[in-house]
Amino acid sequence: MENYDIVIIGGGPAGLAAAVSARENGVERIVILERDRELGGILNQCIHNGFGLHTFKEELTGPEYAARFISQAADLGIEYRLNTMVTDISPKKTVTAVNCEEGLFEIQAKAVILAMGCRERPRGALNIPGYRPAGIFSAGTAQRLVNIEGYLPGREVVILGSGDIGLIMARRMTLEGAKVKVVAELMPYSGGLKRNIVQCLDDYGIPLKLSHTVVDIKGKERLEGVTLAEVDEKGKPIPGTQEFYSCDTLLLSVGLIPENELSIGMGVELNPVTSGPRVNESLETNIEGVFACGNVLHVHDLVDFVSEEAKTAGKNAARYVQERSIILIPGEGVRYTVPEKICVKRMEERLTVRFRVGKVYKNCYVSVYFGKERVIHRKKAVAAPGEMEEIALTKEQLMSGPNLETITIKIEEA
Amino acid sequence: MEEKNLICINCPLGCMLTAAVEGEAVVSVTGNTCKRGEDYARKEMTNPTRIVTSTVRVSEGYEKMVPVKTREDIPKGKVLECVRALKDVEVKAPVHMGDVIAENIAGTGVDLIAAKEVRKI
Amino acid sequence: MDKYDVVIIGAGVSGSAAARELSRYEIKACVLEKEEDVCCGTSKANSGIVHAGYDAPTGSLKAQMNLRGNELMEPLAKELDIPFIRNGSLVICRSREDLPRLEALYERGVSNGVKGLRILSREEVLEKERNISEDVYAALYAPTGGIVCPFELNIALAENANVNGVEFYFRTEVKDIERYEEGYRVITNQGVFETKYVVNAAGVYADQFHNMVSAQKISITARRGDYCLLDKSAGAHVKNTIFTLPGKFGKGILVAPTAHGNLILGPTAIDIQDKEGTNTTGEGLEQVMKNAGMNVKDLPMRQIITSFAGLRAHEDGDEFIIEEIFDAPGFIDCAGIESPGLTSCPAIGERIAGIIKEKMGLREKEDFISERKGILKPETLSREERAALIRENPAYGNIICRCEMITEGEIVEAIRRPLGAKSLDGVKRRTRAGMGRCQAGFCSPRTMEILAREQKTDIRKVTKSGGASYLVVGTNKDIF
Repeated sequence: MENYDIVIIGGGPAGLAAAVSARENGVERIVILERDRELGGILNQCIHNGFGLHTFKEELTGPEYAARFISQAADLGIEYRLNTMVTDISPKKTVTAVNCEEGLFEIQAKAVILAMGCRERPRGALNIPGYRPAGIFSAGTAQRLVNIEGYLPGREVVILGSGDIGLIMARRMTLEGAKVKVVAELMPYSGGLKRNIVQCLDDYGIPLKLSHTVVDIKGKERLEGVTLAEVDEKGKPIPGTQEFYSCDTLLLSVGLIPENELSIGMGVELNPVTSGPRVNESLETNIEGVFACGNVLHVHDLVDFVSEEAKTAGKNAARYVQERSIILIPGEGVRYTVPEKICVKRMEERLTVRFRVGKVYKNCYVSVYFGKERVIHRKKAVAAPGEMEEIALTKEQLMSGPNLETITIKIEEA
Repeated sequence: MEEKNLICINCPLGCMLTAAVEGEAVVSVTGNTCKRGEDYARKEMTNPTRIVTSTVRVSEGYEKMVPVKTREDIPKGKVLECVRALKDVEVKAPVHMGDVIAENIAGTGVDLIAAKEVRKI
Repeated sequence: MDKYDVVIIGAGVSGSAAARELSRYEIKACVLEKEEDVCCGTSKANSGIVHAGYDAPTGSLKAQMNLRGNELMEPLAKELDIPFIRNGSLVICRSREDLPRLEALYERGVSNGVKGLRILSREEVLEKERNISEDVYAALYAPTGGIVCPFELNIALAENANVNGVEFYFRTEVKDIERYEEGYRVITNQGVFETKYVVNAAGVYADQFHNMVSAQKISITARRGDYCLLDKSAGAHVKNTIFTLPGKFGKGILVAPTAHGNLILGPTAIDIQDKEGTNTTGEGLEQVMKNAGMNVKDLPMRQIITSFAGLRAHEDGDEFIIEEIFDAPGFIDCAGIESPGLTSCPAIGERIAGIIKEKMGLREKEDFISERKGILKPETLSREERAALIRENPAYGNIICRCEMITEGEIVEAIRRPLGAKSLDGVKRRTRAGMGRCQAGFCSPRTMEILAREQKTDIRKVTKSGGASYLVVGTNKDIF
């Protein structure tokens, strides 16, 4: 099994910023596992501008913003694996992943940073009634088809949900030659940024209908139209307000959910409101050494804040790795050790560990094991419970092992 | 004097601006929280502009499409003409970030540049 | 066109089960299906429940088929390599006044021959299922109740029939049926099929075909059922299939785990005119959620990932009609197959094949292949086997559907198998790619690409479910 100090799950904006920050804080062995064919995550399909005003003090497109972090990571020589899907993370931080080249493989991490991002809520989450023809897409799926593949999902479009992706797609579809007839929003206010309403809807004369939802979907093979209705303050359709819109495409921008199946699998506790992990000030989850940042933690509006958050997570993961304690185990014949834990970062150059043996030994060895490897094997003519024993460990010694977790001291008879 | 309400699109704050207009001239701007807000309002009242982003096809590349943007904002009225002009544009990989894809797009004097690296297969 | 011994109309579970049973014999048979794939009608939108058999009146064909089907399902599932779980079922009774009805159900079950039935007290129920509503009074427990995946069952039956020589014609819609001296001429949009025997397994349309050849008319009403499907994270909310005491319209709203670990709620029972009216309605879905919540508490409705509706073929006489029509020799009805139709399908197939075998004096094939191996699922392999598989074929290391962890290898196999997938829905029903919590949001562009590549066609020709259900309509800026 391979060993890394920090394994980062996801190479989008959060994973990249976390990796850069962890490296800048002195951690050498870092790997990013990315399921897509390139780094950058969802930014690669967000070709519109408006990213980076906080971070870079200029307005970038999504791919440009991603490229800045990708090149930082490259300059720092951070390792990554693409087309690699993490299938499981154990509570002991063993990461199982699969890809075409290496097959199924495991990586042991000292710290894990969860940066898997989020996914879009599907139609079912809203329980929109009607038929289930082709032509109903989540806004992000349509964004991928148009911006990455170059295909137009449809020509006459209704958008449900005024989240930013919905608004951005209203403009994108218009500029690719489709007619966006209306954007409907269930709530009495828009879920997106005001600037996006101005430059994505108002600029193109696309109406925004607040307090409206889709109450019926028509079309057995391809979508033929949707019926919108106004809703009351409880979100229930008001009878008599139905209005039919013929269209071949319905885009749904009805919310994002942090993608935490891996987190749940390893025992990370979630906050039911955010659907993201519960974290402390270091963005550490209930599992020691497991950190979370970006949209997997809570859904953000601005990637700049994702980067900022990820930087914190990366720094704290680095600190965790560096300040992580090695456990001293009293092995056979040894009753106790003082101390019981060693934080390598904080220790002096030389540390004396004292202990007592359980009975009288003659011509024995005091042995010290780093993990399973014996590093000290010192002959002793007599050892007795009445005489305190000691061994010395140096900082240099403890730093040399790549993934030293336990040190066992035991008495071995000759 | 006439008052016009605007929403600033420069940053996610989305400040509500009020521009006092007399004839063609903007007399004052209020509601902005930074200098860019004032500039935006003045421009929006006289010559509104937008950055345009789109995609063009790539041949022989690792990707089928490359995202592009206008290097600077262009007059709002030219946006559709700008994307129409891209209909048949195809570039050959490799494409580098910042490569000029189309010069003086739609006669705006502004170049259209690549916003992503596309490697050659 | 060739002449057939048997033409089966409809590639749902009944038609496919009949085809598979007939394929045991020396016979020339085909299945005509108006859709592009098997399992596109009633069989598609189904609870997937294998009923114990206490519902139908004692002595009815429904009861007989149910019991026999329940008995055959487990060995069949093994033979065809599809998931089957005998999870048991509970019929919940929430008041003392209803107890006599529950007891009557128990009595009927016993006289139908259902094994292991017991009436449980409130405490026993709550011990078995911690999420049953507090006001439960008693329940009928049937340990023989089970669950299957209706898609895989249908697909496996058809595939196995096809491997054993039964031909399948898709997008082949029967327009008319004429009698002639040697049997029947089945006139379709794809030409005429001459045959000695017809099996009418046309679901909600079975009355139309019956009425083309018989003077004694039957009438089938499409009875719509709305369902909600919940995420796998809610799949363990109940272990048994939870029924409500049956009323006038079928068995009421059930709550059950699915064979793949989701939770299903439904169906409603709404009689409609349109035999293609598979749209859900707001009222229908509301009814599902409300009624499901009466027997089961704390249902995590936020975990609903999709809703859908299906049509059951309800015959006026409220009974299965599986017999040769008396005034149309050689025309065998398989009509009115509503619940417990899925459970019954192995028995229905057996019965239909039996009728034809007897009439034709069929001989068993020597080379009948009874076993079918399902699509290889890498997640069922050991680590070493999986590693070896990926080395041999890297497509098994490429995860396409993130929610269900389905690889490119599985999708390619689903497309290339006998009666393989032709559309996104076809891939979904065979592999589960796109059936998970994101409902194909992530994987559909990738699956479309694989379909286009395998079918050597343009991505614009790839459909969701055949016909005109195209997924993309053009390329960027093409209208400028």
